[in-house]
Amino acid sequence: MVSLSETAAPADRRQTARAAHLWLLLLLGVSALASLGIGASGVSLWATLGKLATGDALSLSERVVLMNIRLPRLITGIAVGAALAVSGALMQGLFRNPLADPGIVGVSAGAGLGAVTAIVLGPLLPVTLFGPALLPLAAFIGAWASMLLLYRVATRAGRTSVATMLLAGIALAALAGAISGLMVYHADDDQLRDLTFWQLGSLTGASWSKIGIVGPVILIAILLAQTLGRGLNGLALGEAAAHHIGIEVQRTKTSAILCVAAATGAAVAISGGIGFIGIVVPHLLRLATGPDHRMLLVNSALLGASLLLLADVISRVVIAPAELPIGIVTAVLGAPVFIWILLRQRGVVDL
Amino acid sequence: MLTRRTFGLALGAAALAPTVGHAVPARVLSIGGAVTETVFALGQGHRLVARDTTSTFPEAATTLPDVGYARALAPEGVLSVNPELIVAEEGAGPVETIDILRAADIPFVIAPDAYSAAGVAEKIRVVGGALDVADRAEALAQEVLGDIAAAQALSPKEERKRVLFILSAQGGRILASGSGTAADGMIALAGGENAITEFSGYKQLSDEAVAAAAPDVILMMDRGGDHGAPDEVLLNMPSILPTPAARDGAVIRMNGLYLLGFGPRTGQAVRDLNTALYGKA
Repeated sequence: MVSLSETAAPADRRQTARAAHLWLLLLLGVSALASLGIGASGVSLWATLGKLATGDALSLSERVVLMNIRLPRLITGIAVGAALAVSGALMQGLFRNPLADPGIVGVSAGAGLGAVTAIVLGPLLPVTLFGPALLPLAAFIGAWASMLLLYRVATRAGRTSVATMLLAGIALAALAGAISGLMVYHADDDQLRDLTFWQLGSLTGASWSKIGIVGPVILIAILLAQTLGRGLNGLALGEAAAHHIGIEVQRTKTSAILCVAAATGAAVAISGGIGFIGIVVPHLLRLATGPDHRMLLVNSALLGASLLLLADVISRVVIAPAELPIGIVTAVLGAPVFIWILLRQRGVVDL
Repeated sequence: MLTRRTFGLALGAAALAPTVGHAVPARVLSIGGAVTETVFALGQGHRLVARDTTSTFPEAATTLPDVGYARALAPEGVLSVNPELIVAEEGAGPVETIDILRAADIPFVIAPDAYSAAGVAEKIRVVGGALDVADRAEALAQEVLGDIAAAQALSPKEERKRVLFILSAQGGRILASGSGTAADGMIALAGGENAITEFSGYKQLSDEAVAAAAPDVILMMDRGGDHGAPDEVLLNMPSILPTPAARDGAVIRMNGLYLLGFGPRTGQAVRDLNTALYGKA
């Protein structure tokens, strides 16, 4: 996945990026332990592991807290964090634009429209279709549909124009926002509350059955994304130059778009709207370890997963026994840190 | 729980001994303002270990740990207060959390919500049944039904006043109640007539629609800030100005949970609203 031969990037940064693999893996391990060990209830991870080791039976509450609450949350957190960060890195590479994130190709707006439709119109269905799975399913379909529509709009004669896609994405987001507004007008009080909480994101609803559906989608998307590093590096030179150095431009673009739609759609479906990870994580890594996408995509997955896990730990202990929506935590913690880093690197005018 | 201890010391353990044979859940989590109020009205407040964000009455409830908003409960937060019984209003959730609580073998009782006298009585009975104080619950339910009936007897059969319930008047935009809401239920119980029946739920009204509804009285929750505009501002809004309510200066403000909670204080609230509408009989 990571080959070092073709291009002549400065050696020190590549070294840093490779070392970062290990550090970020370590960080992910620590975050995972924190996620399993810290929570509102007094269940201790070590005590429980000790019990398992000595063959003692776990109490019902220990089993439920660890197996039905914290462990699915841990896996969901890793999947969602990695999906959002990798999608952000892909989008920024594809659009050659540091502001790009999954929101820009209308994925988030489409998912939001799907979610609000499910919340508002779901109860009107004659039978309860899919039960609680209706909301994530609708969000996923909304994300996919808007992305495919944009892709069709932006593709002429086998070539996809990223500029058209960017602009059409903004228009589509406005349209989806307007239709969502119509739904909001129709919604009652409780539905509005549900919607607000959905938009702020949460890993609260994590469960094994959801992981079974969403996990494989995210895993495949992230793995496929790791193969696109070289192509995105080439695209940074411009499409014509990339083509001339032997990069399959159209294939890279199509793959990147499909990866983003799958990963973001699945992540938004399971956790609601969690902002900021997609834009901050790739930037932090680029500032620290350089813009090589082959390194960046791996590191983004690791750092995104770690940050989301840590944010989730904070969200569940800060006002325990209640829980703060995780989108609030990621933004409140992420934004000042991000601005601080930008100010420190004031010399970097072009990102 | 100072009161509980003093009580025990003064009267001896016999007074507190459970009267029934099987184990009565001692650690109760109450979700929903009206449910919590009912638990306290049944004299069972000492058994509560936590509440949700909407449980703000009586004062004693606010000192309990808060497990979050009723419709967005976190499973681990709920488990951390170690409840033996959860009594929740209808709509508590999400489903995933309730599934986990069921897996943890914690009884989860849902009290139905209906904006009528019978609905209040049913809610009280369900809560009382879950807490093993069915007799007290039945007595309380009868008391509340009696209060509501007495208040209704006071209201005129003819010439009912048209009442406009305004949820928010922020920035001059009137967010009013249509049919099917708690406010609509209260207006009907207190012998008024909801001025807006064209839609259900709470929606923003156009200025002309407010004028056309011609309410005799405006009903609001007494809360601060921009949402509850002071009378002189409210009655001078262009939408309100042409209405009979503005001419008479008829604005009624009541506490939100008291007015719309449909808990054990509903009887009093209906009587208060009735008196505010028609004066003392």
